[in-house]
Amino acid sequence: MQRIGVFVCHCGSNIAATVDVKKVAEMALKEPGVVHADDYPYMCSEAGQALIAEAIREKKLTGIVVCSCSPRMHEATFRKAAERAGINPYMVEIANIREHCSWIHKDMEVATEKAVILARAAIAKVNLNAPLQPGESLVTKRALVIGGGIAGIQTALDIAEAGYEVDIVEKTPSIGGRMSQLDKTFPTLDCSACILTPKMVEAAAHEKITIHTYSEVEKVSGFVGDFTVDIRKKARSIDMTKCTGCGLCQEKCPSKKALSEFNRGLSTRSAIYTPFAQAIPNVPVIDRESCIKFKTGKCGLCEKICQAGAIDYSQQDEIVTQKYGAIVVATGFDTIKLDRYDEFAYNQSKDVITSLELERIMNAAGPTKGHLERLSDGKHPKHIVFVQCVGSRCSDDRGKSYCSKICCMYTAKHAMLIRDKYPDVDVTVFYIDVRTPGKNFDEFYRRAVEEYGVNYVKGQVGKVAPQPDGQLLVQAVDMLDNKQIKTYADMVVLATAIEPEPSVRKIATMVTASIDTNNFLTEGHAKLRPVESPTAGIFLSGVCQGPKDIPETVAQAGAAAVKAIGLLAKDKLMTNPCTAKSDELLCNGCSACANVCPYGAITYEDKEINDHGIRETRRVAVVNNALCQGCGACTVTCPSGAMDLQGFSNRQIIAEVDAICR
Amino acid sequence: MSIDTTFKPKIVAFCCNWCSYAGADLAGSSRLSYPADVKIIRVPCSCRVNPMFILRAFEKGADGVILCGCHPGDCHYSTGNYYARRRMTLLFSMLDYIGVENGRTRVEWVSAAEGVKFSTTMNEFVEKIHSLGRNVRLGDLRCKN
Repeated sequence: MQRIGVFVCHCGSNIAATVDVKKVAEMALKEPGVVHADDYPYMCSEAGQALIAEAIREKKLTGIVVCSCSPRMHEATFRKAAERAGINPYMVEIANIREHCSWIHKDMEVATEKAVILARAAIAKVNLNAPLQPGESLVTKRALVIGGGIAGIQTALDIAEAGYEVDIVEKTPSIGGRMSQLDKTFPTLDCSACILTPKMVEAAAHEKITIHTYSEVEKVSGFVGDFTVDIRKKARSIDMTKCTGCGLCQEKCPSKKALSEFNRGLSTRSAIYTPFAQAIPNVPVIDRESCIKFKTGKCGLCEKICQAGAIDYSQQDEIVTQKYGAIVVATGFDTIKLDRYDEFAYNQSKDVITSLELERIMNAAGPTKGHLERLSDGKHPKHIVFVQCVGSRCSDDRGKSYCSKICCMYTAKHAMLIRDKYPDVDVTVFYIDVRTPGKNFDEFYRRAVEEYGVNYVKGQVGKVAPQPDGQLLVQAVDMLDNKQIKTYADMVVLATAIEPEPSVRKIATMVTASIDTNNFLTEGHAKLRPVESPTAGIFLSGVCQGPKDIPETVAQAGAAAVKAIGLLAKDKLMTNPCTAKSDELLCNGCSACANVCPYGAITYEDKEINDHGIRETRRVAVVNNALCQGCGACTVTCPSGAMDLQGFSNRQIIAEVDAICR
Repeated sequence: MSIDTTFKPKIVAFCCNWCSYAGADLAGSSRLSYPADVKIIRVPCSCRVNPMFILRAFEKGADGVILCGCHPGDCHYSTGNYYARRRMTLLFSMLDYIGVENGRTRVEWVSAAEGVKFSTTMNEFVEKIHSLGRNVRLGDLRCKN
């Protein structure tokens, strides 16, 4: 028989305001096995933990129940406290009477009654708990960074600088990401490429960093400290060891009609290409869908002119398998599709563009060589209208409910740069709110208004109508003057909402990281574990976790790196002891459990079994504790009930069910 | 139809540790209320829920049982919720056959970020149980006196 102590936390007034904690303790004492019950304002405090330890020693407790906040908060705290006081840490159960009770119920009587039942269920469970011993697993001292934008580059550099091997996997032909497409950056107006390319070069030159571009993660297996990842290196059709990056092939390639992804489809590129001049690696790829040689079998010009003999049309995709201790997801973002925003005439007029497209237009390497001109007729615009919150802060299902965070600032930047370079161009910005929380951000926005005379109008644009003369009629509401506005513009720039790069869904599934309804990866704790996924060993860097600007991304990238380094610095990890266990007497070796195990943790052995005096050799299931992650799929599949999960056993869960339904 | 005001349904919610239990925590920290009739049992994964647990709950007087797990494709253990989905489809149709209506059983996918969904789901579910009224009690024939 267990000797159980129950400890009810007030959590200040978080619990005590709606739950009668004394009554919970009093009722707990009536439960079987309970020999001690107490309440205290803060169980997680030093004094609270001391109180638990003292009771364990004095009353010779064998198990404890703490009625407090979620086990996701303090289970570890109380397990450690119990261990220090001399009992096995797995003899601790938590009754969640805060998140699941006091915080959601207002009526004291109702909440108290529920708290009593939740405590009862935890007591019933701990009565059946058994001491468990965690095992150990080794840590592979190598990290994988998925995504080669500024987030991935920074994370990789920081991990590499700490002395660990890092691989970057980037799906496009070059690292650099979105930041490489930007012209200038707010609020300092630094040239984006000028501050990014040194980092790209540093990453490429770093002896601890391996960069796989034009590659995708194909398969991830294993667990924290010991992931095995298959990386598909797509056929580049170029021998990277031979190519000198001279660029002659791109110049001579006769197929030049493919749309440049880098320039957001605003210009064309050759079939053999590097996305941009500073690409790393400076080795082109052949886009097989545009290449004449691949389409018709004729041509082969690049092969003829390549002096290094680097062209290899027969190249195949290659799968690289590598082991990693930690994985950092840094997949970044894209702008949303505007198909459902017909009112802005994005698909009808070439002069309605997204802000990212304007970024390319303003860039010297862009489709217009950096000259501000209308894409329809090449004319210099006289009036540019910016529309904010296109698809952001959207209440219907066309757009996103969240604020994309960066648009107010980049629009102020665009407006300022345009007014600076072309004082003859009038700029009007239609906004819902201007949000400038950041260092030197509001000052920057005010400069746009006060020094550069940008016309900010609070109001939403209802319609952009292309006119026969090529102008764009913008109809909007001025919310401050409460009147309709009609204005003619030569260009309209849409501050399009950003969303996580769509491929993140596939990656989240592969690494079993949680993802929210907007496809942002969920952090371990919104406040306290902002760069870790709830899945151990998976870390989050950059916009894949939520909208952020470059400084925030770089800061988070560093934080993710430190968390990964903290993991890689360990030689061994404690493994979860809540693993499956097979009862050899009941097992009939049918293989059902092994078939559902996602980790291949179950094997079969011929064992000498003593079944009530009958000795025979039977084929029975054996669980490898180092591989088992404790999901419990096998326990339900087992037709003979031989498989059980330690820490969440059939008897324990049934005891909880009984206690709740009593 | 008269509403039985004395009826306090007993509802068991099995929540997987990684998504739905965290979703319930988020509902709690966001103060999104749902009836106290719902009592949550934490399991590592929705695939840990043995149909026996659900039968047991109905045997002990539960009026409704809901199983919450990660969204398909998002399971922490990759495939657990697929097993749960298949098992529950079978179990629930069997339960319906023996007199425990489909409205008393439910599977719902709630992610760690969906506190609102957790709360709405529980409110809906409890309302449904109220409309169905008290449950028939399953008996375990093996233990009949």
